[in-house]
Amino acid sequence: MHIPDGYLSPSTCATLYLFAASGWYGALKRIKQLLATRAIPLISVFAAFSFVVMMFNVPLPGGTTGHALGVGVAVIVLGPWGSILAISIALAIQALFFGDGGITTLGANCFNMAIVGSFTAYAVYRMIAANSQLESRRRVLAGAVAGYVSINAAALVTAIEFGIQPGLFHDASGTPLYAPYPLHVAIPAMMIGHLTLAGLAEAVITAGMVSYLQRADLSLLRGVSGLAQTPGPSSEAGAERCQGRLWWAVALLMLCTPLGILAAGTAWGEWSSADLMNPHTREQIGAASGQHAPPSSAPVGIQKLSTLWTAPFPGYAPRFIKSPAFGYLLSAMFGVGFLASASLAARVVGRKWLRGAPRS
Amino acid sequence: MSRHAFLESTLQGFTRALSKALLSEHAATQPGLLQQLDPRVRVLGILALVVSVILCRRIEALAALLLLAIALAVASRVSVASLAKRVWLVILGFSGLIALPALFLTPGEPLFTSPALHLSISVQGVRTAVLLVLRVETAATLTTGLVLSTAWTHILKALRSLHLPAEIVTMLAMTHRYVFLLIETANQMFESRQSRTVGVLSGSEQRKMTARTAGVLLSKSIELSHEVYLAMLSRGFRGEVYLLTDFRLQPRDYFGLTAFIFTSCFAVWIGR
Repeated sequence: MHIPDGYLSPSTCATLYLFAASGWYGALKRIKQLLATRAIPLISVFAAFSFVVMMFNVPLPGGTTGHALGVGVAVIVLGPWGSILAISIALAIQALFFGDGGITTLGANCFNMAIVGSFTAYAVYRMIAANSQLESRRRVLAGAVAGYVSINAAALVTAIEFGIQPGLFHDASGTPLYAPYPLHVAIPAMMIGHLTLAGLAEAVITAGMVSYLQRADLSLLRGVSGLAQTPGPSSEAGAERCQGRLWWAVALLMLCTPLGILAAGTAWGEWSSADLMNPHTREQIGAASGQHAPPSSAPVGIQKLSTLWTAPFPGYAPRFIKSPAFGYLLSAMFGVGFLASASLAARVVGRKWLRGAPRS
Repeated sequence: MSRHAFLESTLQGFTRALSKALLSEHAATQPGLLQQLDPRVRVLGILALVVSVILCRRIEALAALLLLAIALAVASRVSVASLAKRVWLVILGFSGLIALPALFLTPGEPLFTSPALHLSISVQGVRTAVLLVLRVETAATLTTGLVLSTAWTHILKALRSLHLPAEIVTMLAMTHRYVFLLIETANQMFESRQSRTVGVLSGSEQRKMTARTAGVLLSKSIELSHEVYLAMLSRGFRGEVYLLTDFRLQPRDYFGLTAFIFTSCFAVWIGR
């Protein structure tokens, strides 16, 4: 699942670095708040542990072996934010030092395994374990399912990243420039191995370790020093958390923007005057409007008003970018970045204003 | 696979990781081209070249970049044999496996058709496969050249002076240090278990053993982190991380950086 350099286009790498960076930023911030100085050695040693666990061969039924990611155990012991940092650091060392995974694709690998893997494992573990006793068998089952689902979720996201490459990035003759398989080939190819061997290995190691820790060191299953706990439901913290979630949703949506370019044609009612003149698009407009042909020339109002304002990135395609897909992604990133900066600026100004206002 | 071969294969994995690390530490101390440059210039320069490899869309430009990467590695006293073993063969195996079906699956102008097997290789398929393998090989050769010619501590210092947060750099440095300690510990645990194993372990016994070993290693890791934390506190750690950065750019570094950036830009322009 460690994507080497060269499989993903630069724009995909850049976008995924952005997502990974937002995950790292959030994780560092939370860890700093919760554990301050203690976090540094704890996460370092846990990252080293995850690294070593990835080298453990787990014997699987049928006489084969597989190796786990260790994300399930990391989430149970460190919580999702601690796990993001620990797994990311293990991945960075693998990429930088052992050549496992690329440098340009490090953001993608961290996003897939550390961020998607950790949050999926956390959600599944919390859902199944609920409020059960730490010693209960249910925790073992929760660990196994969390491990299995998280490694498969990470594999699925990786497959999607591979699969969107040929559709988005190819040359004039149709030769794919990066990963060569479309979604319908990439998804089954990635998932078969993970749904069987790798998923089982992760399930076995997570369940086995939860079961071992129940007997050997129950305190670790509480989540080390409350790393897994989120701050109390005070109004300001609650509001900030809610905002944080919103930004996460925006980030996820942005990830899906390259899919938008796959849809051909223009949205109904969003035709430009050039569209209304072009015989090919006129046919499409007619077909989309219940076989009602559009007027023979563009209405004068549209012709006049459409030239009033020329957007810097018309049609989500900045003029200086040749590749439409990259232009599309860049537009999405620009839009979200602009909104984020505006929101940040508004908060800073708001706080200053509040501080400056006389206290009653 | 024999019933207890997993013990041996896990042990082999640990030994391989340790020997790789020793090998790279050795190459980093040799006098070579990259070793003479400031680590920050090396990191930035190689990163620029890797980005240009990803942006290149022409086979000829990629092939030239691969030759450049090999020349850089050779001039930095990295042995071609270790590059071939560590990078080219592994990548060729992995990327080749992925690229091979692309020969047949990519639609386009047929280059070779086998009516008996109902298979045809397209020109576009060959181009895709060659592009993919070349690109991955070149990027991996460049990064391996960097890692083999630069001590890990220098890479981290360079990352820090490029404004990576100090916490992250400290975590990377500590993780790297403890990876080897934990590999050593795990190695000893597996060895002692292997020496006490007589006869054949069943599949479920093997799984239990692996999970137990991982569990013990986790407990040891957490304990280690407490000890490290106390040691850090006793040395005056208060949450602020300071790193000694004493890199100074020499005229040759400026020249090197200019050469790296110029080559990368030129490669991107040629390989459009």
